[in-house]
Amino acid sequence: MQILQVEGLTKNFGGLAAVSEVDFHVEEGEILGLIGPNGAGKTTTFNLIAGTYEPNSGKILFNGENLAGKKPNVICQKGLARTFQNVKVFPDMDVFQNVLLGAFFGTPEKKSRSQAKSEVEEILDFIGLSDRTDMVAGSMTLVNQKRVEVARALATKPKLLLLDELMAGLNPTEVGESMELVKRIQKKGITVIMIEHVMKAIMNICKRIIVLHHGQKIAEGTPEEISTSKTVIEVYLGE
Amino acid sequence: MNWKTIKYNRYLYPALYILIIVLFIAIPYITAPYTIILLSSIFMYISLTLSWTLFSGPTGYTSLATAAFFGLGLYMAGILGDSVPLIVAVICGGLISFILAFIIGAITLRLRGIYFTIFTFGLVELIKHLMLWWEINIVGVRGRFVPRADNATVFYILLAILAALLLTTYFLKSSRYGMALSSIGSNEEAAIHIGINVVNLKIITFASSAFFIGLTGTIMATRWSYIDPYIAFDPFYSFLPPLMAIFGGLGNLFGPLLGAAVFSYLQETLITRFPYSYMLIFGLIMVITILYLPNGLIGLYQTIRQRFIGGKHADTSS
Repeated sequence: MQILQVEGLTKNFGGLAAVSEVDFHVEEGEILGLIGPNGAGKTTTFNLIAGTYEPNSGKILFNGENLAGKKPNVICQKGLARTFQNVKVFPDMDVFQNVLLGAFFGTPEKKSRSQAKSEVEEILDFIGLSDRTDMVAGSMTLVNQKRVEVARALATKPKLLLLDELMAGLNPTEVGESMELVKRIQKKGITVIMIEHVMKAIMNICKRIIVLHHGQKIAEGTPEEISTSKTVIEVYLGE
Repeated sequence: MNWKTIKYNRYLYPALYILIIVLFIAIPYITAPYTIILLSSIFMYISLTLSWTLFSGPTGYTSLATAAFFGLGLYMAGILGDSVPLIVAVICGGLISFILAFIIGAITLRLRGIYFTIFTFGLVELIKHLMLWWEINIVGVRGRFVPRADNATVFYILLAILAALLLTTYFLKSSRYGMALSSIGSNEEAAIHIGINVVNLKIITFASSAFFIGLTGTIMATRWSYIDPYIAFDPFYSFLPPLMAIFGGLGNLFGPLLGAAVFSYLQETLITRFPYSYMLIFGLIMVITILYLPNGLIGLYQTIRQRFIGGKHADTSS
C-alpha cells in the first residue's frame, strides 16, 4: 500500500524553481532514500511535505488525504513527523522535556501526564538515551542532539518519518549506530524517507532511492540501478 | 527533571500564597492610609510586570503594547463611570483588552523579533491618537473624570487581580501549555512541527496577558480620577514591565515579582525624595543591573546561595 503519493509538486522562490513537477510515492513500511547535490531541492521537498511551506501546485496525498496547504502542527498530528537538517532541539530544556512535548502535542487526543511520561521513558529507552534524561539538550554532542530530535519525533507517534541528514557530521561509529537506529525504527512499523549524503548509509539501508537535481526528479530505482545510472554519475561527478 | 520537587512545590507554594493573601487582607484594618496607597501602587506594577511576563517571558516576543491595554482599561473606567458597579467596569476593562489583543495577536503574531516589538509600540501611539481624535471630534472634550473609589476597595480589587494572576502564571508554568510556550521561545519551527498549535497558543496567551493589564488599568483609573489620551496611553507603562522583569530576573516566577516590588517601591520613594533626579537614579540602577546582574535580583540571590552551600546544588532553576 502506498502511504504517500506526491504528484506534480512545485515550489518557486521568486524566479527559482526549488522543486518542480516532482512525482513519487512511498510504500508503507519501506525506507526511501532521497539524494541529490546541494541545492537539488531535497530539504524543500521535506518542507513541503511537512507543511513548513505551501506548494505552488501539486498534491501530497498522505493515506489518501491531501496535505498541501495544511499547517505543520496539523500534519504532525496526522502522523507525519520530521527531523531537521540543522538540529533544532529545545536547547534550554532537558532531554526528557524535549521528548515529553512531542508526546503531549504530537497526537490529536489529550493524554494524561503519567501516560505521556511512560511513553517518553519507553522511547528514550528505545533510542538509548535513558541514562541522559535530565541532561540539558543544548549541552549535548551533535549525535545525541540528533537522537533527541528523533526521539521527540517518535513521541508524536508517526506513521511516516522524514529524516533530514541524520548522518551528516557524525563519525563512522556513530554513522553505524544511526543506520542501526533507522532499521529499528522501520521494524517498529514506521515508514521512513531519508535525505542523506553519506552514500554508504543510503546504499545500505534503502531498497529504493530517488535522485533530485535542480528541483527535478532525474532518477529512481534500487541502490544498484542508481549507482550505475549514467545520469546520476554525470550529476554527481560532472561529465 | 525532578518530579518529586514539582509535587512538593505544588502544595507548598499555594499554601504560602494563601497565607500571604490572608496577611494582605488584614492590611487595610491595621495600617495607615498611606501604606494602603503605596501598596496599591506596588501591586499595580507587579500586576503589569507579571502580565507582561506571562506572554513575553517564555515566548521571547517582547511586547511593548502594555500601555495600550492599560490605557483601554483606564478608558473603560472613564466611559462606564458610575453607570455600573465598579467590579463590572473592571471586568469590562479586562474583556475589551482581551478582545483587542486577540485581534491584534491574530494579525501580528506572525511577525517575529524586533518587528513584533515595533508594531506593538506603534499600537500604543495608534490607539492614543484614535482616542484623541474621537474625544475631540465626537465627544467634544479631551479629558474625562473618573469617579473615585475608596482606598480599601481599590486595594482589595488589586489584590484579587494579583492573586488571580499569580495563580494563572503558576498553573500555566506547571502545565504542558507552559512548556509549549517555552518551546516557542526556544525554537518556534521545531515547536510547530511536533504538533503544537503555536498560533493559537500565542494569541490566547497574549490576550490573557492583556486581560490582566486591562483589569489593572480600569481599577487604577479610580485612583487617578482624571484621564486623557496622553495620560492613559503613556508609553512609560510599556517600558516599565520589561525593565522590572529584567531587573528581577526572567525565567523564574519570583524574578519579575521581586523586580516589580523592589523597583516600584524604589520609584515611589525616590519620586518623593528626589522628584527631579529620580529618573536619573533609575537609569543608573538599570545600567548597573544589566552590566553586573544579567540574571537580575534572582540571579544575584542564586549566586549568593551557591557560595554558601558550596555549589553543591548548582542548578536551582529546575
